[in-house]
Amino acid sequence: MEDALIIAGKTIKSRFLLGTGKFSSYALMKEAIEASGAHIVTVALRRVDKESKSEDILSFIPRDRILMANTSGARNADEAIRIARLARAAGCGEWVKIEVISDNKFLLPDNAETIKATEVLAKEGFIVMPYVNPDLMDARRLKDAGAASIMPLGSPIGSNKGLRTKELLSILVEEIDLPIIVDAGLGRPSEAAEAMEMGCDAVLVNTAVAAADDPVLMARAFALAVEAGRYAWRAKPALVNKYAKASSPLTGFLR
Amino acid sequence: MSFFDVLKDFDGFDFKAFFEKVSDVDILYALNKPCLDDLDLLSLLSDKAAPHLEDMAQKSHELTLRNFGRVIYLYAPLYLGNFCDNECLYCGFKHGNAIERKKLSLPEVEKEARAIVATGIRHILILTGESRSKTPVSYLKDCVLLLKKIFSSISIEVYPLEAEEYKELIEAGVDGLTLYQETYDRDLYRHLHPCGPKSDFAYRLDAPDRACRMKMRSLSIGALLGLADFRKEAFFLGLHAVYLERRYPDVELSVSLPRFQRTVSDFLPAFSVGDADLVQIMTALRLFLPRAGINISTRESRALRSDLVGLGVTRMSAGSKTEVGGYCLDEKTQGQFEVADKSGVGEVKKMICDKGYQPVLKDWQTL
Repeated sequence: MEDALIIAGKTIKSRFLLGTGKFSSYALMKEAIEASGAHIVTVALRRVDKESKSEDILSFIPRDRILMANTSGARNADEAIRIARLARAAGCGEWVKIEVISDNKFLLPDNAETIKATEVLAKEGFIVMPYVNPDLMDARRLKDAGAASIMPLGSPIGSNKGLRTKELLSILVEEIDLPIIVDAGLGRPSEAAEAMEMGCDAVLVNTAVAAADDPVLMARAFALAVEAGRYAWRAKPALVNKYAKASSPLTGFLR
Repeated sequence: MSFFDVLKDFDGFDFKAFFEKVSDVDILYALNKPCLDDLDLLSLLSDKAAPHLEDMAQKSHELTLRNFGRVIYLYAPLYLGNFCDNECLYCGFKHGNAIERKKLSLPEVEKEARAIVATGIRHILILTGESRSKTPVSYLKDCVLLLKKIFSSISIEVYPLEAEEYKELIEAGVDGLTLYQETYDRDLYRHLHPCGPKSDFAYRLDAPDRACRMKMRSLSIGALLGLADFRKEAFFLGLHAVYLERRYPDVELSVSLPRFQRTVSDFLPAFSVGDADLVQIMTALRLFLPRAGINISTRESRALRSDLVGLGVTRMSAGSKTEVGGYCLDEKTQGQFEVADKSGVGEVKKMICDKGYQPVLKDWQTL
């Protein structure tokens, strides 16, 4: 496939990843997944209910998607590891987004604990996608620990504030030889396009879609913006000039 | 420094003078700030904020939507026993009330639990009166070990425990603590709780700290609205929440807003808290605590609970019985208080769906 996104050896059909929390119904969530074309869909294990046939979130995820369990609720590495193992036992597969949050007010990820969990789970055969603050040294440690991608935040979860961490993200894009997926904080499709234009490999969105008045339409809008941003990155945009090009150049006499 | 010290700092505070001085400008300022301080909360709780209720509701809705989405988490209470050594003037279970007393045997606990889980409920809140002799921690632990095979999350609303006892129950499978201070007014507390272990205000006030130190996952605190001036009570509830949020940032914190409901006691609360007052409390607390859960129980009517969806509430009890044995046993006691919303779980779910929200029955599982 041209310009394929490959994670852990698997070709990912869409650079737009969708989270499944906060929707007003599972039916609407399913519609949004379908409208977005998202190939990777994250689900919090805490919401998976195998006891309930009619209300288990997993039964609303289209079968042709990659299910990525997330460890929402984990306060440290040990809890994240236990949740990942429970997710695999519950049939959620090998893909896991490590989310360790020890501060419920700002919901910022705990990088140190995330690295510890990544080391253990990667060795156990999980495809580990860690959600982190965009820190270069931690990203290197995660790569060494066996992470399949790095998922730095654009701004705090649910804040819809956009790419506030842009400078740090651009360092990761330049230095880390793993897919960089902006996860959290994107509020508008234009911000997703901006992340892609700067060379990020994909974006993951949840709140901005689920909390929109029309989540299905917004899911589609994000998917298109991600595609457009990727095209723009590949097209290598012309450089931005601070000054207008003089029509009577000062060095004209040298010609 | 404990929260008791924070409370004491306000001993000389002139609430009356503050409320008189609050202006429209103060309210508008608080409404437009990204992060509110203590006195902003108090301004929003003043009667001067009442004309701004719609603006408060709009902002509360927006914050709740962004932080929690269009979902309402459901749970149900399971009363294990109503033996009690306290004489709380307002409570249906108080020691001096000549009511039938009962403690569920483990087979009865299982029967009740099966009846609840059959309704779809996956999060359970277990309750007892305060009797260390009739319902000791060892009994609670036996119940938890049984219930964790049936429910995905277990919270406790029992008498305050020692830190080591919280640890024991957490290790057995408890992940949440609900504990209401009832009132933050120390003089009134002394009057309302004349004897029994609950008369120790500070021991109860510090119980959430003890549980959090032992790594309790979630915590719900509250004041019984109607006992004292609700503006002050909601203010101290907000301060208590912020104190806990800062000290134990990994705890999932909720505030509960129970209004007094009639019990078998003939106690009448000194203050009335109207529906508009409740909305003011809820929206002011949401603006002050954007990330905290807000809990509205079946103490409130079905119609009001429906109207409150979207205003800030994130958690509701459903299909509640406040009698010991209330779900399926032939022998049941009187309830602790009168339930206003008698809807079954299915009806509560439908009400939430009709409001364009999703009722969520499972949001945790024992690790």
